[in-house]
Amino acid sequence: MRFESPDTIEQAVELLNTCDGISRLLAGGTDVLVQLRLALVEPDLIVDIKNIAGMRNITAEDGGFRIGAAVSGAEMGEHEGLVALWPGVVEAMELVGSTQVQGRATLAGNLCNASPAADSVPAMVVANAVARIVGPNGTRDCPVIDIPVGPSKTSLAKGEVITSIYLPARPDNSGDAYLRFIPRTEMDIAVSSAGVNLTIDSAGVVTQAQVSLGAVAPTVLVVDDAAKAIIGTKLDDDAISALQAACSAACNPIDDKRGTVEFRTKTAGVMAKRAALIAYSRAGGSK
Amino acid sequence: MSKIHVSTSINGDAVEYLCDPSETLLDVLRNRVGLTGAKEGCGSGDCGACSVELDGRLVCSCLVLAAEAEGKEVSTVEGMADGEKLHVLQQKILDHAALQCGVCTPGILVAAKALLEKNPDPTETEVRYWLAGNLCRCTGYDKIIRAVMDAAAEMRGA
Amino acid sequence: MVTEYKEGSVGAELGQREFKVVGTRPPRPDGVDKVTGRALFGADLTAPGMLHATILRSPHAHAKIVSIDTSAALAMDGVKAVVTSDDFVKQGGSGNQDTLDNCMARGKVFYDGHAVVAVAATSVMVANAALKLIKVEYEILPHETDVDAAMLDSAPVLHAGRKFRNIPEGNNANVSGFWEFGHGDIDEGFAKADIIVERSFKTAATHQGYIEPHATLATMGPDGRGEIWVSTQGHYMVRDLSAAFVGMETSQLRVTAAEIGGGFGGKTTVYLEPVALALSKKSGRPVKMVMTREEVFRASGPTTSSSTDVKIGMTKDGRITAGQAKPRYQGGAYPNITAMLGAMTAFASYDLEAVQTQAWNVLTNRPKQAAYRAPGAPMAIYTVESVIDELCQKLDLDPIEVRLMNAAKKGTLSSYGPTFDEIGLVATLEAAKAHPHYAAPLGPNQGRGVSCGFWFNFAGNTSVSMGINEDGTVSVIEGNPDIGGSRASISMMAAEELGIPFDKVRTIVGDTNSIGFNDVTDGSRVTFSVGLATIKAARAAIQNMCGRAAQVWGIDADAVDWVDGAAVPTGHNAGEFPPMTLAEIAADSAKTGGPIAGHHEVNADGAGVSFGVHLVDVEVDPETGFTEIKRYTVFQDAGKAIHPDYVEGQMQGGAVQGIGWALNEEYIYGEDGKLQNAGFLDYRIPVASDLPMIDAVILEIPNPGHPYGVRGVGETGIVPPLAAVANGVSHAAGVRMSELPMSPPRILAAIDGAK
Ligand SMILES: Cc1cc2nc3c(=O)[nH]c(=O)nc-3n(C[C@H](O)[C@H](O)[C@H](O)COP(=O)(O)OP(=O)(O)OC[C@H]3O[C@@H](n4cnc5c(N)ncnc54)[C@H](O)[C@@H]3O)c2cc1C
Ligand code: FES
Ligand code: FES
Repeated sequence: MRFESPDTIEQAVELLNTCDGISRLLAGGTDVLVQLRLALVEPDLIVDIKNIAGMRNITAEDGGFRIGAAVSGAEMGEHEGLVALWPGVVEAMELVGSTQVQGRATLAGNLCNASPAADSVPAMVVANAVARIVGPNGTRDCPVIDIPVGPSKTSLAKGEVITSIYLPARPDNSGDAYLRFIPRTEMDIAVSSAGVNLTIDSAGVVTQAQVSLGAVAPTVLVVDDAAKAIIGTKLDDDAISALQAACSAACNPIDDKRGTVEFRTKTAGVMAKRAALIAYSRAGGSK
Repeated sequence: MSKIHVSTSINGDAVEYLCDPSETLLDVLRNRVGLTGAKEGCGSGDCGACSVELDGRLVCSCLVLAAEAEGKEVSTVEGMADGEKLHVLQQKILDHAALQCGVCTPGILVAAKALLEKNPDPTETEVRYWLAGNLCRCTGYDKIIRAVMDAAAEMRGA
Repeated sequence: MVTEYKEGSVGAELGQREFKVVGTRPPRPDGVDKVTGRALFGADLTAPGMLHATILRSPHAHAKIVSIDTSAALAMDGVKAVVTSDDFVKQGGSGNQDTLDNCMARGKVFYDGHAVVAVAATSVMVANAALKLIKVEYEILPHETDVDAAMLDSAPVLHAGRKFRNIPEGNNANVSGFWEFGHGDIDEGFAKADIIVERSFKTAATHQGYIEPHATLATMGPDGRGEIWVSTQGHYMVRDLSAAFVGMETSQLRVTAAEIGGGFGGKTTVYLEPVALALSKKSGRPVKMVMTREEVFRASGPTTSSSTDVKIGMTKDGRITAGQAKPRYQGGAYPNITAMLGAMTAFASYDLEAVQTQAWNVLTNRPKQAAYRAPGAPMAIYTVESVIDELCQKLDLDPIEVRLMNAAKKGTLSSYGPTFDEIGLVATLEAAKAHPHYAAPLGPNQGRGVSCGFWFNFAGNTSVSMGINEDGTVSVIEGNPDIGGSRASISMMAAEELGIPFDKVRTIVGDTNSIGFNDVTDGSRVTFSVGLATIKAARAAIQNMCGRAAQVWGIDADAVDWVDGAAVPTGHNAGEFPPMTLAEIAADSAKTGGPIAGHHEVNADGAGVSFGVHLVDVEVDPETGFTEIKRYTVFQDAGKAIHPDYVEGQMQGGAVQGIGWALNEEYIYGEDGKLQNAGFLDYRIPVASDLPMIDAVILEIPNPGHPYGVRGVGETGIVPPLAAVANGVSHAAGVRMSELPMSPPRILAAIDGAK
């Protein structure tokens, strides 16, 4: 195994592109090192992206924020502007692992590890986050939702690196939230999860909404029916029940050591309901 | 397999080592540098016994490649006391009998130190969540939490 | 918090003794090393020229080993030695042979993770690479991991042809143990009941979960002498088994106990030690072995899983008329007696006219179980305490009152045979009843659970030696690894008896060559037995010192007393001499007859049983089945608490392990018989944020069997939480839970099922 820590993105792309064997990018390493340890992967090349200029910055851009691919969850949580704009995305990332894991884990790593249970992904998806990708053929932008294509699989081509993730500007009176179910209070992987992003008008009526679910299908689910159920409402009980039912109906989970199909289906709806209420209150709505 | 040369700083001392690309910072601290204070309870980020600070950030040294420490500052439990004088947290852990076997203690100390640097006045709940990645199987956490809260109070007073 | 127990005549003399050191809370002698990172645990030791060894483990749950080809591994650069079961000596007793076969599979692998070959090489990386070159041909056999299924005639048989003793007709070949206890006419008892509840329960296997994986360093030279440094609960046990397995005399092997990073029973046997020794013997170099966490889960510990039927009859006013329990435990691929302990403890808290327990141990394709804190008791008592709670609920009776009405006391014929001496259950229940926790209001979706718990406590073989140094300090050597601060407690008892300050005494854990034999650190025996031997050793030294004073004073040794750390004449008739302190006597020892020391060796008895009562408030989320522990209070009869901090620590730690067992910890096996959660991410022990403070109320009912009234305290604390939490959850969720762990999916399914 070879370890490289290039200073430029071009070098990183070159290294990956010319590697004949198995290569792995190293951001926070909180997935990569576990996989090395368990010998789940035996790469020939590891490319650390943390020394590439700009990778560790959070920068304001067009009313939103661009988050470098090597920014850790802890750094996101310490960025007041980001927390104020996208609290749901930050709280999702901050749920990843322990304080120790937070010191290293990144949004891009969470996305590219492509676990169906990745916490930040449902939150990024409802935030319409966009990944900036640099590869052998130049730079492109890609909505976050199109990156994971199945458990441990992404749509990234050989040599492609995510350099940043962009969280856009949002209208006034908007709120987002992310909740997951785990058996303990910490240190668990989501059994089911939900992200909600919504905007309300001055009367408290939801004008636009997005709802996503994690850990209940091979990739993150966007549940349009659930969003529809709350648009045009003040999140009254009927609307909430309809959202919950739509979420449970959309689930397509597996039975495994972390939860049963029934349990995941039911709790996904509960998480969505509770996340919607938090998002609503963050948007300034009162019930 | 060619080794990587790394220059780093550990507890304020300049340290150089040669490591294999796949070795972790924990491996190197324990097996090459001779600092066995950080423990390996799992090797996969789940127990926190290997906690160290890397450039002032609390991390699991089992989840850091040794090669990544190039040019960085590493602090371990061995660097906490000032000569003969124990750090307030170390003293409070002793005063509260907040250890039984003591294998989790180095990780807890490093993690608690990082907490109090960031938040000098944490609530009990904040301490519990901050330390959730530090498993202790002996104490039930009660005395550990008390010791950290007490240390925080004393450090604020001082 | 320590509550003095004053009433009655209980241990009157003991109760009146005024202690100077015992009962205080001095810092532990190994404390500074442990907060500075200096303490050396099992994996922290190295030796010059050391090799590293790793183990090839079975990927199958049950298979015949057809052949093993290690030639390619041996030929690899850096590989120095390979061992298989062929490299060990066949054992006389079946118990030892089972332990050996568990260290290195012989002929058959019995579980996923069973060790097959070990390789020593210049590094872990080389050793692991060599493992990949080893070819093992297996003939895969059908497997079974469930206790009830393994008892069926259709189940695959693990040890075909092996005969087990005292197995009644009608049991299949996987039943390796059967036991029966009780007294009275059970049918008559049930006939007297106004109400009978009969239920079945299941508990999952749990792991001790010590944070330090097993680690050892062994060396053996061509002269046939060996040394082992190891993290263990019993280095004499390691010595005896390792020497026997590699075929050397006990005296030729010296074992030193490293600092131990938790054991809870899981380090009371050998896994790596004989293997490292055999590899060192073959390679001529020191060999270090450290388990990965995955190996710890797959191949060490865990405790038994269980399936139990319980039937209890009660009168309308709460008197138990009869109790019956039939626990069936599986403890993996080799026989064990944990089910027997379950049967003995199930009803031990109660004074019953009619009680019957029958227990089965069943072999399955899982790792050989190891002791886990009060082995067998938590799961048995969980079933009984759950049914008692349900009876109280049905009869609308107060659960503590009912337990008080039925509580065992001095003179009670216990459910497992002996008659109890002074015991503290009633006092413990009274303390719980009077505590503010019991009267505190509960919120919505909250429930309060109560449970009693019991553990025997062990005593056993113990040796202690102490030297009185010329500067007036004292060096104590004991032979039991210190897993929770026992060196402090032993120093305290030595200081108390000698009448000197705590800081004048230093206690160390000696190696196997420094003092006589010691049983392992288990059964909550150390503070009791080693304390007893320490007090007796101190008394021997005192007798010697009184003799020295008598010699100097020219009076009879009988005319000298030992008071507050000094020899004094017994009275005016003995003569008028100023007290001669320990330090003065020690300083002159060379002139008065040479070094002064004391030692004591004993197979101790009289450990004194212990009871606890736990109160817990839980809140269950009705939409997710998530349980939050809101408040927790432990009441335990500790006998005299030598160092109250460590007593509280044992109570708190035990309670939290029990909470984990109740809520989320479990061994999960797939259809393929492989363990699916061999790591701390999915084997969910409680983390700091899962818990409130654990209030500990110590009751000091002195144990008449110990000079200071000490009882063991280490294990009882893990017994009540299973039922206490289950009872709390059952009240909060409005549905009776009968399977552990009560993970959220199980609770939610029960809630939905009851709708
Ligand atoms: C103890 C523990 C607990 C955890 N708990 C959680 C949890 O609660 N929730 C959760 O979702 N996850 C959890 N994880 C998993 C992990 O921490 C997260 O997925 C984390 O966000 C990964 O980020 P990273 O920067 O560490 O990724 P890395 O390990 O560095 O990389 C992960 C993957 O992404 C690829 N990659 C990284 N950066 C890029 C990039 N810029 N462009 C393209 N590919 C890239 C890597 O090659 C690798 O395949 C946990 C892990 C541990 C060890
Ligand atoms: S050893 Fe690093 S977290 Fe357990
Ligand atoms: S004191 Fe033993 S694990 Fe914490």
